[in-house]
Amino acid sequence: MNQCHALFMLKKYAALVALSMAALISVPASAGAQAGTVDQLTGRLVITGASTLAPLIAEIGKRFESLYPTVRIDVQSGGSSRGVADARQGLADIGMVSRAMKEDERDLSAFPVARDGVCPILHQENPVQALTDEQIVAIYTGKISNWKLVGGTDAPITVVNKADGRSTLEVFLQYFKLKNVDVKAQVVIGDNEQGVKTVAGNRNAIGYVSIGTAEYDAAHGIPIKLLPIGGVAASTESVRNGVFPLSRPLHLVTRTAPSGLTNAFIEYAQSKAVHDLINQQYFVPLAH
Amino acid sequence: MGKARGRHRGGREGLATTFVWSAAVLVTATFCWLLGDILWHGLSHLSWTFLTAPPRNAGREGGIGPILVSTALILGVCLGVAVPLGVGTAVLLAEFTTDASLFGRLTRRSLDVLSGVPSIVFGLFGNVFFCKTLGLGFSILSGGLTLACMVLPILIRSTEEGFRAVPAGYRLSAAALGLSRTTTLFHLLLPAAVPGLLVGLVLGVGRAIAETAALIFTSGYVDRMPESLLDSGRSLSIHIFDLSMNVSGGDTNAYASALVLVVVLLAINRTASWLAEHWLHRRIVTV
Amino acid sequence: MTSSTNNTLSRWPTDRLLLWLLRGAAAIAGAIVLLIVAFLVMEALPVLRHVGVARFFTDPSWHPAEGFYNLTPMLWGTMFAMVGSVLIATPLGILSAVFCHYYAPPAIARPYRRLIELLAGIPSVVYGFWGLVVLVPLIGAIHPPGPSLLAGIVILSIMILPTIALMADASLANVPPQYLRGAAALGLPRWATLRGIVFPAAKSGLFTGVILETGRAVGETMAILMVCGNVVQTPHSLFDPMRTLTANIALEMAYALGDHRAALFVSGLVLVGMIAALVAAADWISHGRIYG
Repeated sequence: MNQCHALFMLKKYAALVALSMAALISVPASAGAQAGTVDQLTGRLVITGASTLAPLIAEIGKRFESLYPTVRIDVQSGGSSRGVADARQGLADIGMVSRAMKEDERDLSAFPVARDGVCPILHQENPVQALTDEQIVAIYTGKISNWKLVGGTDAPITVVNKADGRSTLEVFLQYFKLKNVDVKAQVVIGDNEQGVKTVAGNRNAIGYVSIGTAEYDAAHGIPIKLLPIGGVAASTESVRNGVFPLSRPLHLVTRTAPSGLTNAFIEYAQSKAVHDLINQQYFVPLAH
Repeated sequence: MGKARGRHRGGREGLATTFVWSAAVLVTATFCWLLGDILWHGLSHLSWTFLTAPPRNAGREGGIGPILVSTALILGVCLGVAVPLGVGTAVLLAEFTTDASLFGRLTRRSLDVLSGVPSIVFGLFGNVFFCKTLGLGFSILSGGLTLACMVLPILIRSTEEGFRAVPAGYRLSAAALGLSRTTTLFHLLLPAAVPGLLVGLVLGVGRAIAETAALIFTSGYVDRMPESLLDSGRSLSIHIFDLSMNVSGGDTNAYASALVLVVVLLAINRTASWLAEHWLHRRIVTV
Repeated sequence: MTSSTNNTLSRWPTDRLLLWLLRGAAAIAGAIVLLIVAFLVMEALPVLRHVGVARFFTDPSWHPAEGFYNLTPMLWGTMFAMVGSVLIATPLGILSAVFCHYYAPPAIARPYRRLIELLAGIPSVVYGFWGLVVLVPLIGAIHPPGPSLLAGIVILSIMILPTIALMADASLANVPPQYLRGAAALGLPRWATLRGIVFPAAKSGLFTGVILETGRAVGETMAILMVCGNVVQTPHSLFDPMRTLTANIALEMAYALGDHRAALFVSGLVLVGMIAALVAAADWISHGRIYG
């Protein structure tokens, strides 16, 4: 009886061990080399980096997989820094970076795939329709702290800023010539949607997010509105036309010049075939 | 004097009853608010297609089929590793070490410390240890093993409590009958300690299924149907996080996925208690 | 408690094997903590060497881009959130368990317990989302800006309540029925029985529950990130936004390189140190009597 019980336990865990062994053995079979010719593409690509880019690249990856059924494109998130670090160390085949490349990243090969604008957002019921650049700087540095000073209601301004290191923050600071130490914020957010939800829940909040996110949400009933910058209305259209002043490029990076499967995928991501996917995610495709 | 004391005692009892009922009502109300919110927003989007189809358009459309499979696999790996390790350690701590032993005290304290490590640190640790050092890469196996580390302290501590609750009489009777310690353990003590094990399991499964930060760095973001344990696969909680925080317009599916998660959890908990009662009633008769 | 010395029970070969298997399991479990601490130390070492430990508490602010690494405001944030949430969740959780066992009619007790079990499994991101969309605007209407220490405490209390409630529930169930019958025989009313007999009998389980819930409160990341405002400042009122050490790691890890990244690991070490200190303090207070 005791032995039956012990045997049963053993069988259960032997099964698990066997399954793990089988799984382990199946890996070398599938992971293999990113083999040769373009019409016989096979292998696995690991792409890590910015979470902004992850949904888009995942969708592009899915379409690529449907074209070449023996290929596997694995997209992971973790941030632009991880994309750069993993590409450099060879832990990922491609890195995703949601900003312009920095000086010390010149050793990597960067391939822009789309553009994204950044604009300030207010709550829909905020009477203020537009703010000049100086007013935005004053609000963000704490010099103006009440909406009535810029033509709104008598209420304290809740300033929403992005966390250190985010590319949206860097684009914003660069355009308004601010340093992050000067910004006096009441709320600091991480992802774009958090920013949208924070502003949507507070009539007196001002924040800034990616135009794509803001446009989508505003069109789907979330009570926010996008503010123009320098007189130019904020929309993906104006980013596409190149007239909107605040925008950032979205890049795929590799350590060396790409070849084989990596090259095929990057070319595909930059081709016209995926422009509809880029639009669907509310980014702006680059005209080549 | 007797009357005064009686009145005083009655007052204290009444106060206690009020407090207890108020606590229960407060807790129920808060949770109903939360669950009601999820139900309200998520119910209309549930359907059989939602449960089986793969996600499309970054998760805004389509369903969560592959994600449910990944979650089940991750949970399976986690429990498959954590339960034997956890129950083993708990048995050792409760049955085979004295309270004064250094090994016992150190292990218990280190488990308490482990229970307080932030989930994101587990994620980073799992990424370095399981994904890079052990070479498992972003995979369900890495995710499950990392979760097992997170769930261990809860499982061990409450199973240990379960064993402590078993009356000494059981062990002494077994000794009197000349049973080996192995037999005593498997046939007498383990069934009697099952309530404690059950609580640990429920809390552990809850923690595992709710975990986001640890899994982003270990089992990954891929929403394809996994083909092996070494494939990357996102769990339901990561999907909910991505839809609500990263993908614009993903809120509706996020609510629906949250609802599915709650239902799955309910099913797991019911099954666990049913199994426990079944096992308990067949093995032991409580006095 | 049966002693583990060999000559109390018969020596069977399976027992020796069992003992070694169990020791192996416990060693693995205990080793995990060492591994994690070693990992944290390894990653944190670069910045500890360049910058030194003192600066983590004396720099003017937390601005890694400028080379400032003061962790103190976030440490206060973590502590306030933890203390506040444990103070709220512990009585509510224990009273919930008491409710299930002693005050509720059976028809209510079972669904109530199911409800709490369910709540143990709701992802922190769902709590955070609900907090961001429902709780924060509510608090904002009372006192701007909304994301605040209070929101964090409320959400954390809700999240850790199931831990203490279920552990308390299990330990109340383990109180020997003879104690309760004895109390009834003495004519003790319900609350007096609870206070004088049940709680002392269940104290080891309650204690474990409190330790586990405190651990959870300190380690919670996602939900806090969404409702606390994440402003690096020492909160002076319940309505001030603040940032905890865990939220800091989550927010900045994705984009941090070099010394900044290592500094985040230092904050991870600080957290582990805090928990270790709490556990040691609890051990000392109880003088090991809890497990007597």
